[in-house]
Amino acid sequence: MVQLTLPRNSKVKTGKVWDKPAGATNVREYKIYRWSPDDDENPSTDTYFVDTDDCGPMVLDGLIYIKNKIDPTLTFRRSCREGICGSCAMNIDGTNTLACTKGMDEVSGTIKIYPLPHMPVVKDLVPDLNLFYAQHRFIEPWLKTVSPTPETEWLQSHADRAKLDGLYECILCACCSTSCPSYWWNGDRYLGPAVLLQAYRWLIDSRDEATGERLDALEDPFRLYRCHTIMNCSQACPKGLNPAKAIAEIKKMMVERRV
Amino acid sequence: MSQSDVKAVRPLSPHLQIYKPILTMVTSILQRITGAALYFGMLLVAWWLVAVASGPAYYDFVSGLFGSIIGYLVLFGFTWALMFHLLGGLRHFLWDTARGMEKGTRDKIALANVIGSILLTVVVWIIVLAVA
Repeated sequence: MVQLTLPRNSKVKTGKVWDKPAGATNVREYKIYRWSPDDDENPSTDTYFVDTDDCGPMVLDGLIYIKNKIDPTLTFRRSCREGICGSCAMNIDGTNTLACTKGMDEVSGTIKIYPLPHMPVVKDLVPDLNLFYAQHRFIEPWLKTVSPTPETEWLQSHADRAKLDGLYECILCACCSTSCPSYWWNGDRYLGPAVLLQAYRWLIDSRDEATGERLDALEDPFRLYRCHTIMNCSQACPKGLNPAKAIAEIKKMMVERRV
Repeated sequence: MSQSDVKAVRPLSPHLQIYKPILTMVTSILQRITGAALYFGMLLVAWWLVAVASGPAYYDFVSGLFGSIIGYLVLFGFTWALMFHLLGGLRHFLWDTARGMEKGTRDKIALANVIGSILLTVVVWIIVLAVA
């Protein structure tokens, strides 16, 4: 259901302003969403100052600087620091992206950081992605075949392999799904752009033999057709993929199999 | 999903409040709003038809309302909503065929939707005022 405002327990208050690092000449201001399950307080935004002479260039470097040198309670996910694990997906400067591949110099003024939008917050910048993963499981993201398994591998032509380009690179960071207003309002029933891009990745795979049943599973007013081509997903994807186009291709397959 | 999950203590992270407006998102929202506005516009058209059928006295009254400054403003807005929704329909029709969705192209199409609707509205009103 569309709910434009936040529930009462989720309204964001102004939080603490932390001291500037002593002796720093070049500082960047970070405003970061904080919420802890350990007290009954509402979420708030804390202000930090990062010494850019003592820190790497990326937004994630700044977060790690804050955690190491200012406030060890700041909680966020990160792992690879090179845009391949998808852990540090968050809302930076009003757009979902990966903190590790977003340069501080790409943001003008205060760097405002929130968790991925419209998600239950576990702590600070860590959202609960259980539903997202369950939806990914729902589309059965693995090769399904009925033909006898070949002696060696399942073969595929270069042309068929090329159809997977722009799809297989998805790292399931959830930037796109959580940028989508349709997913905000109907995330319990609409699968969302990331999962639908994954669904298309298997629909278009020449080796997969379950195309019909895959389409059957998506043929639903909500699961697929809540996509209204708003395109926030494609605009947000930190890997430069195009989930909106993948969804449009699925909708075309739905029509094509009827004619 | 507008509620937090079963562990009701968990807050819902901010969404509309913090998301930077993107051209394609704004045109999508405008498509909804103009679509709703057209229902209101159709009421005006129906009202005008009723006035036509009701005889000269009532027609002059309604005509006078539509011809006032406020009436013109409302009709101008109605024209823009119609043009925006028309072009937006074509935009979505194109996107439904999975064309014009690439980075850069999608923004140009959305921008063309906005500029085109304003141009068409102005053209319509130049013709209207020239005739009137």
